[in-house]
Amino acid sequence: MAPSVTAAIHTSDAPESHVAATAPAPDQNPLRRRSARLGERAIIGVLFLCGAVSVVTTVAIVGVLANETIPFFQQIPLSDFFLDTVWQPFGIPGNEGFRLGVWALVTGTAHVTVIGLLVAIPLGLGAATYLSEYASPRVRGTLKPILEILAGIPTVVLGFFALTTVSPFLREVLGTDVVDLFNSFSGGLVVGVMLIPTVASVSEDAMSAVPQSLREAGYGLGASRSRVARSVVFPSALSGIVAAVILAMSRAVGETMIVALSVGSRPNVTWDVFSQNQTMTGYIAQSVGGEAARGSFQYTALFAVGALLFVLTLALNLIASAFVGRYRQAY
Amino acid sequence: MAAPTQTPPDLQQRSFEEPRRRALREAAIRYALLAATSTGIVVLGILLYRVFSDGLTYLDFGFLVSLPSRIDPDSAGVSPGLTGTLSLMLIVALGSFPIGIGAALYLEEFAPKNRVTALIETNISNLAGVPSVVYGLLGAGLFVGILDIGRSLLAGGVTLILLILPVIIVTSREAIKAVPNELREGGLGLGATRWQTTQKLVLPQALPGMITGAILGLSRAIGEAAPILVVGATSARFRNNSPLDLFDQFSALPINIYNYTFDPDPVFTQLAASAIIVLLGALLLMNGIAIYFRNRASRGNA
Repeated sequence: MAPSVTAAIHTSDAPESHVAATAPAPDQNPLRRRSARLGERAIIGVLFLCGAVSVVTTVAIVGVLANETIPFFQQIPLSDFFLDTVWQPFGIPGNEGFRLGVWALVTGTAHVTVIGLLVAIPLGLGAATYLSEYASPRVRGTLKPILEILAGIPTVVLGFFALTTVSPFLREVLGTDVVDLFNSFSGGLVVGVMLIPTVASVSEDAMSAVPQSLREAGYGLGASRSRVARSVVFPSALSGIVAAVILAMSRAVGETMIVALSVGSRPNVTWDVFSQNQTMTGYIAQSVGGEAARGSFQYTALFAVGALLFVLTLALNLIASAFVGRYRQAY
Repeated sequence: MAAPTQTPPDLQQRSFEEPRRRALREAAIRYALLAATSTGIVVLGILLYRVFSDGLTYLDFGFLVSLPSRIDPDSAGVSPGLTGTLSLMLIVALGSFPIGIGAALYLEEFAPKNRVTALIETNISNLAGVPSVVYGLLGAGLFVGILDIGRSLLAGGVTLILLILPVIIVTSREAIKAVPNELREGGLGLGATRWQTTQKLVLPQALPGMITGAILGLSRAIGEAAPILVVGATSARFRNNSPLDLFDQFSALPINIYNYTFDPDPVFTQLAASAIIVLLGALLLMNGIAIYFRNRASRGNA
């Protein structure tokens, strides 16, 4: 195609000035034109590589976790890791007291997650209902940005708050013999506060997506505003609300700085939420800063715990996005 | 409006009470929901009160330029954290903006609808949900462990770049999506190539939105403590006082906060509060800039 264009130009008897005026000269050079397309393809190739960075990141995360975790499980039986209830990763296997029962850390995480969700689900859903069904645009415009500020507070700051304000307050109210300075309750409470914006904004999205006609049908039947919220909007937005809760759960499991600062460093399997404990994330954060030398069991154990954390949060996120997909499909 | 003779007596009675009770119940529910919405805000208020009532005591210029200390609160400061956070910001901005915007442009403008594209998209949304501490393990295992660049500024910076890339890609894509298609058709119709259209027409329109997203991502990066803690940030000073020595050990404000908070001496808790004020000030500044660009963007589109 390109050669025929040049041929046409060369055979034309028009004066040179005319040719220059009708078409820009450089583009008539077929070689140039091809190289321009090549350059374009190169640019798109570079952009593709930018996108591919994300895939490489995932591969790297899985690779690094597997790289340390597989040798770990060649020496520590899976049954010990998942069934033992004591976490003492010091020294080498066979040492007095050396035990690697991740259950102790998992229950610590469970404490914080359950307490956090007990705080965040009612408050977050309440906020979502208020913002979506009750608030005037002006009130909404004021409250939503403030909730966004809460979402933007670094978690290390929330951890400071849990340890220096919430925990001493609990000790004053309930007694210092009942509540340890480091405890899973104050960590869980503050994680709950951290999760309020997540629950509120995801479920509010789902509620706002419910068509107005459904609400009007409810009002037309004489239902009150709260009745419409409860019996029309909630059921219609249910998959989005479930997604919000699961997403919040995943964030609670993965939250690190709040629990590293306030839950403590003594993992144990207990029902006592006022005693010192440790979560999976807290173990990772606290041990790396310490003397976990590369190749030691303390070091590889970090990656084993990290791998478990990665799998847990990934599973929760996949479930959540399946639910989000459902309400997006419905409306 | 049913015939009164057929209404059971208990229902008749209720129908007199109902409007008032119903209004009361409705008001109670409304205020309960408002209270739920306000709880987070009230906690935020208590948090800020606590930070400012504690943190102003030792907050002065000396605090910004002094080294951390575990002995003397008067001469203690956060200078390694402050310079470390600024260095990290520069590295993260230089690394994450081009890659994030490039990836967003690819996915919105050029990517064919095929399996590879779907894989990249699923991947990005899943990466956004990976806990930040796991990114720290990635940094510790890959950069510090396998690539052996040490517990360095570079290792911490690249870890944070990877951490915020999903955020930047998602917000940049939103900004590109908001550019009207007529603009692209106009460009292509005038004979511009796909890249020329993207570069000269789409990009300038989407840029304010992209900058907003990028700054928000960056402010998330500088607030993060977990990943860089795991990579090996310390509260210690750069070896040779050079803020961009990529292979030197590094610090950041959140790390200073973490270490001061753990100090059992309440005086040092006050220093943690001072460091928090510095960090929140930096975040406020960045968010202000982001909002400025967002407003400019919405004015431009209106």
